[in-house]
Amino acid sequence: MTLIVQPDRRSPTAVQMVWVRVGSMDEVDGTSGVAHALEHMMFKGTKDIKPGEFSRRVAALGGQENAFTTRDYTGYYQQIPVGSLEQVMKLESDRFANNQWPDDEFKREIEVVKEERRLRTEDQPRALLGEQQNAAVFTASPYHRPVVGWMSDLDAMTPEDARAFLKRWYVPANAVLVVAGDVDVAQVRAMAEKYYGRIASRAVPVRKPRTEPAQRGIRRVELKAPAEQAYVSLAFRIPQLANIDDANSDAWALVVLSAVLDGYAGARLDRALTQGPDRVADSAGAYSGFIGRGPQLFMLDGVPAAGKSAETVEAALRAQVARVARDGVGEAELARVKTQWVASETYKRDSVMAQARELGSNWIQGLPLDASERIVARLQSVTAAQVQAVAAKYFGDDQLTVATLRPLPPEAKPRGRGFAAPAGEMR
Amino acid sequence: MKTLKKIAQCALFAGAALMGITSARAALPIQQWTLANGAKIYLVSTNALPIVDMQVDFDAGSRRDPAAQAGLASATATMVEKGVRAGKVGEPALDQNALGEAWADLGASFDVSAGTDRTSYSLRTLSDPALLNKAVALASREIGEPAFPDDVWQRERERINAAIKEANTKPATIAGRAFAHAVYGVHPYGQEVTEETLARIDIAAMRQRYQQLIVPCRAKLSIVGAVTRVEAETLATTLLSRLPASESCTPLPAIAPVAALAAPKDERIPFDSAQAHVFVGQPGYPRKDPDHFALTLGNYVLGGGGFVSRLMNEVREKRGLTYSIYSGFAPGLDAGAFRVGFQTRPDQAEEAVKMSREVVARFVAEGPTASELKAAKDNLIGGFPLLLDSNRKLIGNVANIAWHDLPLDYLDTWTARMNAVTAADVKAAFQRKLQPERMVTVVVGGKDAKTAKAQP
Repeated sequence: MTLIVQPDRRSPTAVQMVWVRVGSMDEVDGTSGVAHALEHMMFKGTKDIKPGEFSRRVAALGGQENAFTTRDYTGYYQQIPVGSLEQVMKLESDRFANNQWPDDEFKREIEVVKEERRLRTEDQPRALLGEQQNAAVFTASPYHRPVVGWMSDLDAMTPEDARAFLKRWYVPANAVLVVAGDVDVAQVRAMAEKYYGRIASRAVPVRKPRTEPAQRGIRRVELKAPAEQAYVSLAFRIPQLANIDDANSDAWALVVLSAVLDGYAGARLDRALTQGPDRVADSAGAYSGFIGRGPQLFMLDGVPAAGKSAETVEAALRAQVARVARDGVGEAELARVKTQWVASETYKRDSVMAQARELGSNWIQGLPLDASERIVARLQSVTAAQVQAVAAKYFGDDQLTVATLRPLPPEAKPRGRGFAAPAGEMR
Repeated sequence: MKTLKKIAQCALFAGAALMGITSARAALPIQQWTLANGAKIYLVSTNALPIVDMQVDFDAGSRRDPAAQAGLASATATMVEKGVRAGKVGEPALDQNALGEAWADLGASFDVSAGTDRTSYSLRTLSDPALLNKAVALASREIGEPAFPDDVWQRERERINAAIKEANTKPATIAGRAFAHAVYGVHPYGQEVTEETLARIDIAAMRQRYQQLIVPCRAKLSIVGAVTRVEAETLATTLLSRLPASESCTPLPAIAPVAALAAPKDERIPFDSAQAHVFVGQPGYPRKDPDHFALTLGNYVLGGGGFVSRLMNEVREKRGLTYSIYSGFAPGLDAGAFRVGFQTRPDQAEEAVKMSREVVARFVAEGPTASELKAAKDNLIGGFPLLLDSNRKLIGNVANIAWHDLPLDYLDTWTARMNAVTAADVKAAFQRKLQPERMVTVVVGGKDAKTAKAQP
């Protein structure tokens, strides 16, 4: 197991996080959602700790805790007064190595997970649409499946599914322990050796590539659901950044492009789509995927203004990218988005939690400890010509998947039983 | 200038005080003074990071909206960010896009928002003087010289209307609205923003409201970060310099308190959704109520304590009926609601409603056990340092002290006051505040095709 310690002596508090390099992308068909279901079961005890006892103890230490699951990773954390650090390290290492619970606990908890799915996905038309879009964009890649899992897989999930997933993936070499706050590196290391160092090593299972084949033609997905506003989301396949030293990757310029389009109030999309007498949208956004364990996407989305169609918004979004491809971007707007990134490096130091989170997330992606500084530095060197070039290169029809929400009128609302959010975190 | 560490270490001393160690040092060393224009300033000077946060609050929340113009506070806050008029010394007018660019160029952020009680202007900037001075100057223009362009308001109103229509397709919105109507009655906390109330809001109403409410003598300005007292005095003066001078303010009209419920109300609203959304509750208490500490501790036990509360244990852990269930008070200048909230599959809503009401009723009748009260104190008092471990959290605490006129040593005495609460105090406080036999219950969800069609 890797240990990362980030001293921040401003305040007598600390955060402990354990990140496991396993998420919904490591699941197989038929047991989708098991990474997330297991995350819930990790609160249900060990040989020595009864169900519910973990949370009671953390609370009694003055702590706050939670956990999260994404496509790429699963994480657990406690924020505590620093004097309680050793006790939560003992608790967390015990649960990592010895999590166990009776079947009955699983049977109730999986019902909780289904309620979570109903809350976040089934009654949220845009989330349902995102789930469908994801399933259309990715065919061989495990990003095809929703993090929370398909409902029928949750219905069919067994306690053994969760236990097998735990046994397979929760091995020390597949996890990182991050401790940040008012701590001394040597002391944390000694405690980590004491509690985590004794966990027996096992091999990390071999991962199969499940490579997403090239997309050769536009795909369209539509969803009818109870809503007043239509919504459209465009997903373009883009290259995944494999190595942050790869200065030649187009991923850098794509990140800058997304910021030029939507990085601040009054950026291009806002100005062109949501303002003026002929505005077509109530909101519009851009986001560039960047680093991840699986294939990445550049997303454009928008909510049509009253009386405007999803098709109009789709065309307007693409027209803004085409404008960059044709005319390029100004030096002032380029400098502006870079200034914001530099400033954000200072602001993020205000939160110990945010620092720990960044270190854990970077480890999951195989990035070095100073990845964030290096990323910001690398983005500084992106030129206007590079931004213009990527705008011309990645936004054709052939690698595009368009998802459109068609609102159902209030009178007739037949409901499909649903499906879930794409990359979002589940708790 | 204190470092954040010193502040937090002092906080630990305050925590230790309850074990018999006394300390004269302040948990949160707040400096307070009043400007000539009447504005009250609260400063925590900490150089731990090169950041400055400023938040200025006015008694201009939605509770001061005229009923016919519900939404005015929020609309005004939205419009402040849509441009500033030309300044006195040749400064050009800036439209919303020029403002967005200017903030991004400074690497700073500025937000205006209206809650039920306050309208807040929040600035976060780097402390580098070249940036800081420009950021405060720009914020002062936005606070003092908003342009309120009418064409932009027409557009924003369309957007808000569309968002309201969209929100009305969701069971959570319907449930929240029904609950607010039932609990607050005619009190402005229960006002609903609709297409009709928005239609009655115009630029003139915003300007008039601004003249009345957004004046220096009504301002509470909190500052946290890498500035000295002397620097803060200059910044505070600059920040409010573009508002009209005001030497003294007449008190604003009193708002009638939230009326107690005379009888229970039970609303079942059919809705075709995967989950029913449930609220159970009643009027709560205003923040100045002396029971605040006892109610905070008690609510932790009942439904505020995350995974370890009674409601979570009975409804989620033992029965798997919901993903999230909580109880909470919302003490403001007026008596915000007490509410229990959760979502569950419609066919099990009745069971969960019955269960959650029983948990509340039993807690009010019996109060917490000794071990529950201890667990609540262990978490809230033990976790005290977590309330103060970033500038972001510090300014929240400072602004809270400023807003509610709490003593400057509020956080020094916080742990001792929390620790002094007994189980009998909690029980008595809950019995004074809550009447389980007269609560509002709202359930939105479940299929009754005939009435369901009447729903938006």
